[in-house]
Amino acid sequence: MALLELPPKRKQEKAAKQADPEDALSGTKATRFSRHLILCLVGLVMLYPLLWLISSSFKPSNDIFRQLGLWPENWDFSNYEQGWTALNQPFHVYLINSMIVVVLSIVGNIFSCALAAYAFARMEFTGRKLFFTLMLGTLMLPGHVLLVPQYIIFSQLGWLDTYLPLIVPNFMATNAFFIFLMVQFMKALPKELDDAAQIDGCGPFRTFLRVIMPLCVPAMATTAIFTFISTWNEFFGPLLYIQNQDLYTVPLALRAFMDSEGQSMWGPMFAMSVVSIAPIIGFFIAGQKYLINGIATTGLK
Amino acid sequence: MSVLTKAAPGAAAELATGHPGKRRRSTPRRRNQRSGYLFLLPWFLGMLFTIIPFFASLYLAFTDYNLFTEPNFVGLANFQAMFEDPRLLQSLKVTFIYTFVSVPISLAVALGVALVLNRGLQGLAIYRSVYYLPSLLGGSVAIVMLWRYIFGNDGIVNGFLGIFGIQGPAWVTDPEFALSTLVVLNVWTFGSPMVIFLAGLRQVPTMYYEAASIDGASQWRKFRSITIPLISPIIFFNLIMQLIGSFQTFTQGYVMSGGTGGPADSTLFYNLYLYQKGFTEFEMGYASAMAWLLLMIIAIFTAINFIASKFWVFYDN
Repeated sequence: MALLELPPKRKQEKAAKQADPEDALSGTKATRFSRHLILCLVGLVMLYPLLWLISSSFKPSNDIFRQLGLWPENWDFSNYEQGWTALNQPFHVYLINSMIVVVLSIVGNIFSCALAAYAFARMEFTGRKLFFTLMLGTLMLPGHVLLVPQYIIFSQLGWLDTYLPLIVPNFMATNAFFIFLMVQFMKALPKELDDAAQIDGCGPFRTFLRVIMPLCVPAMATTAIFTFISTWNEFFGPLLYIQNQDLYTVPLALRAFMDSEGQSMWGPMFAMSVVSIAPIIGFFIAGQKYLINGIATTGLK
Repeated sequence: MSVLTKAAPGAAAELATGHPGKRRRSTPRRRNQRSGYLFLLPWFLGMLFTIIPFFASLYLAFTDYNLFTEPNFVGLANFQAMFEDPRLLQSLKVTFIYTFVSVPISLAVALGVALVLNRGLQGLAIYRSVYYLPSLLGGSVAIVMLWRYIFGNDGIVNGFLGIFGIQGPAWVTDPEFALSTLVVLNVWTFGSPMVIFLAGLRQVPTMYYEAASIDGASQWRKFRSITIPLISPIIFFNLIMQLIGSFQTFTQGYVMSGGTGGPADSTLFYNLYLYQKGFTEFEMGYASAMAWLLLMIIAIFTAINFIASKFWVFYDN
C-alpha cells in the first residue's frame, strides 16, 4: 500500500557520495558554467516575487508599482507602523493567536502521532495490520468529505469561535502523514533497544518515553516544522470556525486587509505580508535538513 | 491462552521448542497487546472522528439539511440538481483545467530541474533550498495576495512586458486570464515534487549509466531507457499526490477573487463553490453531495492511474 518507500537517509547519502565524483567530472568547464548560469537565472526568477514583496514593503505606496527594481529609492518604514495598527487589533494580537494554535497543534501532533507510530512500528497486537492499512487509507482521504459533519459536531459542542476545532483534531492523531513518517523512522531503530529496556524493567510506556522518543528527535523535528508551516498558513479552518475578529489568525487578518483595499493600503499590506511569511522563512532556514529529508521520505508538501 | 496463539512467530517458535521460559514470557506479551491499544487510543478517537463524519456526510448527501431544520431524505435530488447547476459545472471545469494544465507542467519542470541538479553540481544544497522555498509559501494568503498585485493591471508582469512594448492584459480581472495566473502560481511551487525526484534520482545506480556508455548510448537514450523506468514509481507517486492536492485547491481561488470565484466564475474552484454552498448558503445537504461527487472523481482518477501504472511504472524487485 505504501506508494513510495525510500531507503533510510544514511543509505541515500552514501549512494549520493558514490555518484558525486563520477558526475562532477562529467562535462567540460563550459557546460558546467552554463548549467550554473541557467540554474541561477531560474532561481532568480523564482525568488523575484518574494524579493519584490520585501522591497515593496519598504517603499512609499506611490512608488510600489512605478519601480520594477528591487532596491527602494526612498526607504519608508511607515508601512510597518501603519500596517501594525490598521486593523481592529494591533497585528501582534493576530501573531499571538496564530502562535497559540500552532504551538498546541505541534504538541498534539507530535504526541499523538508518536504514540500511534510506536504501536504500529514496534508492538504486536491483534488487528495491527488492519489498523495500519486503515491509517494509510485515511492518508488519501480528501478532508472536505468530512467537513460538513465535523462542522455540525463542532457547532453542537459550542466550539465555534474558539480554537478548539483547529487544535483538538491534532491531539487525535488525525494526520496520517506524520504517523507514517514516524513509523518509517522507528522501524529503522534496532529492536534490541526495546528488549534491553524491558530487561531493565521498563514498561512499554517508559520504553517509549525514555528510549524511543529521544532517538526520534529528527522525525519529531520534521513533524514540528511541517505542522508549523501548514498550521501557520492554514486559511480554510480559521475561515470556517473563527468569526470574531479579535480571534483572527494571521491569514484571516491579512484577508481583512484585502477587504479594506485601496491604493494607500498596498504598502502596509505588503509589510504585514512580510511579517506573516517571515516565521516560515525562518523555520525553513533553521530546519532545512529535516524538511528536505521529511519530504523525501513521505512526499509531504 | 488465545493471546499466545495469535502472538508473533517468535512466541510460536518458543512454544514449539518447549522452551521453559514460555510461561513467564506470556505475561509481557499480553501486556504488550493491551498497551498496544492504549498507545493507539488517541488514534482510535481520531478514527471515530473520521469514520462517523464520513458516513454522516454520505447520509446528508441524500437530504436537504440546512443546519437549522431537521434533515429530510430527498433521494437523489441533490445529485440531479448538481448536473443542472451551471455554476457547479463551471467549478468542475475550472478545477479540471487547473489540474490538467498545472500538474503536468509542474511535474515536467520539477523533473527537469532535478535532472540538472543531480549532475553533481557544486552548491546543490543552495539551489535545492531556493527552489523548494516557494512550495512552502504557495498556499499562504500573503503570497496569493502578492500574486494579485504582481499580475495586476500595472503589476510587475505587465511592467516587464511593457519593456518590450507589449501591452499585457488585465490578468486578474479578465475571465480569460485569471485562472492562468493561478496555474503559474502552482508551477512556481514545483519544489516539493522536485525534492522527491532528486531523492529518487540518487537511488539510480551509476553502473547502469556506465554500462550504457560503454555500449555507446546517447544521453537521451540513457534518460529514456534507464532514468525514466527506474524513477517511474516516483513519477507515479508525485502524479497521484499532485492530482489529489490540486483537485482540492481552495485558498488560491478564494483569495484571488475575494471569495467570489470571479471574474465571471473563472476562478470558482470546486471546493470554493462547496464552501459557498455549505457555509454561506448553508445548503449542507447539497454541499455533502458535492463532497461525495469530488471524492468519487478523485477515486476514479486515482484508480485509473493505478491501473495505467501497470503499463508504465517499473518496480525493481
